[in-house]
Amino acid sequence: MNFLLMTVVVAFRVLSRHRMRSALTMLGIIIGVGAVIAMVSIGEGAKAAVQAQIASFGTNVITILPGSMTLGGVRTGHGGAVTLTIADMEELKKIPGVAYVGWSRRDAMQVVHENKNWLTTINAVSPDYLVIRAWTALNGEFFTQAEMDTAAKVALLGSTILKNLFEPGEDPMGATIRIKNMPFKVVGTLEAKGYDTRGNDQDDVVFIPFTTAERKIMGTKFLGSIAAGYLSAESPEQMAPVIDEVQRVLRQRHKLRPDQDDDFTVRNQIDIAKVQEGTSESMKLMLLAVASISLLVGGIGIMNILLVSVTERTREIGIRMAVGAKRRHILLQFLVEAVVLSAMGGLIGVGLGVAGAQAASNIAGWPTIISADILLIAFGFSALVGIFFGLYPANKASQLNPIEALRYE
Amino acid sequence: MSLIVCRDLVKTYRLGEMDVHALLGVSLTIDTGEFVAVMGASGSGKSTLMNILGCLDVPTAGTYTLEGTDVSTLGENRLAEIRNSKIGFVFQNFNLISRTTALENVQLPLFYRGIPAHEQKALALRALERVGLADRQRHHPAQLSGGQQQRVAIARALVTDPSIILADEPTGNLDSQASREIMETLTQLNREGITIILVTHEADIAGYARRVITMKDGVILSDRDAGGVAVARVVPQEVRA
Ligand SMILES: Nc1ncnc2c1ncn2[C@@H]1O[C@H](COP(=O)(O)OP(=O)(O)O)[C@@H](O)[C@H]1O
Ligand SMILES: [Mg+2]
Repeated sequence: MNFLLMTVVVAFRVLSRHRMRSALTMLGIIIGVGAVIAMVSIGEGAKAAVQAQIASFGTNVITILPGSMTLGGVRTGHGGAVTLTIADMEELKKIPGVAYVGWSRRDAMQVVHENKNWLTTINAVSPDYLVIRAWTALNGEFFTQAEMDTAAKVALLGSTILKNLFEPGEDPMGATIRIKNMPFKVVGTLEAKGYDTRGNDQDDVVFIPFTTAERKIMGTKFLGSIAAGYLSAESPEQMAPVIDEVQRVLRQRHKLRPDQDDDFTVRNQIDIAKVQEGTSESMKLMLLAVASISLLVGGIGIMNILLVSVTERTREIGIRMAVGAKRRHILLQFLVEAVVLSAMGGLIGVGLGVAGAQAASNIAGWPTIISADILLIAFGFSALVGIFFGLYPANKASQLNPIEALRYE
Repeated sequence: MSLIVCRDLVKTYRLGEMDVHALLGVSLTIDTGEFVAVMGASGSGKSTLMNILGCLDVPTAGTYTLEGTDVSTLGENRLAEIRNSKIGFVFQNFNLISRTTALENVQLPLFYRGIPAHEQKALALRALERVGLADRQRHHPAQLSGGQQQRVAIARALVTDPSIILADEPTGNLDSQASREIMETLTQLNREGITIILVTHEADIAGYARRVITMKDGVILSDRDAGGVAVARVVPQEVRA
């Protein structure tokens, strides 16, 4: 539409006459849109990183810990009592819908290779533990049942161990490392997983067979007690029924009366994901509040400056009406000025927000995700703000009496 | 057919509790090509009459027929179209848009016709040429003398090729030299066929016109041609009870 286009051109010319004023008016929108885009990009990046971390935990994993614990709460009772055993876990294998069952115990220990030593986590595991927790062998293979049965002195190394105990380029396969002065043969290395949701380096770990640790390294209260058990369900839908069944079987095996609390804790990733989701929900609400307030403030700024402009240009409005402008022409002119202001503010805000997100990832190293959707939504909203807050002043301008407007000094 | 036919125009303003009668029954006929001066004391209703003739305002009572159309019954949008196509205004205080070039000011009426920008420019330039200001097209009003500003305003009035130019005290803010130039420009336009209605206080300015209407207290006191012969019989109406 020809007229609309010309009106836009006129609006740009009018606004460029008051550069400083226009810039200050746009500031509210610029800051609002910019902040929202930067925050959303950083938030989305963090969310994706967390999701990757959750995935690195393994899929459909159910964790069983001895002692009772409420999610996010305090561990209660059963201090030191051994309440979870390999026999329990073997029994859980029979539950329909269970794909793998594994268990582990961990302890911090010094590991030595030639003249280097490193304090790390020794994680004593059953073979399927590595499958459940989504570890991948880079070289070599996971422990075999035979190694398990014979309590073989073999080890799998996480990537952080390689960096700290071996020279760059040195082949660790078949090398001997010492744990508690006992020689272990390196039978494999593992693909790096990065940090977990709590910020711990998951690759700073040496895996050894559970039986080896139990009999030769860590010692135990009695044979077969475990520190943590892991199950993986065959599908996400199986998680809930499997958890119910796990609880039923364990209570029965532990001979708990109905009035007694569980002496174990069952958790699954979905709970963890829910906590994450909860925080990102409240983060979203906060963002929405910030965005709404800044757009509101920006919109009021535009309305204010437009009201000033209508008063200043009263005579101009009268002149335009005298030469044939209809009321809707005047309405459109001021509305277009409002939208040009808010949309330009939105555009600059989008630019600054993207730049801010880039800076956050380049300088602070935060993961950021800039999605086209959010840019479009933010820009669209800023344009809407212009229409909404421009309507009142524009209508006021269009309702002026031409004769009085022409006489205005 | 006459260009303008007014019958018993009444305009009443309401000021708080009081009614102000700006026009008290004005009847008037003006033909195409006339050059009419309207005189009278301040407050006699000259501007009110001009605003009604220019379709900027509507009468409280009475009828106004412009080129055969009864304007008093039309809506705001139609009135705006008539102002845009048939009427050119020239004001005492020029009423140009500041910080906008002479050319753009002259273009303004065409802008509301929605014709292409290059056509607007060409027509506006022609209008500026007609008032002898083509070389000032890029100047802003503040960079022009009063007389030049008023000529830009005349160019803006002409640019749409109107039937009538309505000039309300166009020389009121000008010195005698500039006044003479403006009147010569208007006279020239009238010779080219445009009807001109002009409000003035000054006898020598009225002298350019070929017909002089004198108003007093909202009624026409006399209506004579340049030779002093009555054009129409004036019957002042006593509306006040
Ligand atoms: N908007 C208005 N409201 C109230 N009274 C008005 C208004 N416009 C004009 N008048 C009154 O109408 C009368 C005629 O005014 P006007 O036509 O401007 O006179 P002139 O142009 O001859 O000086 C005056 O008494 C004036 O005060
Ligand atoms: Mg007047």
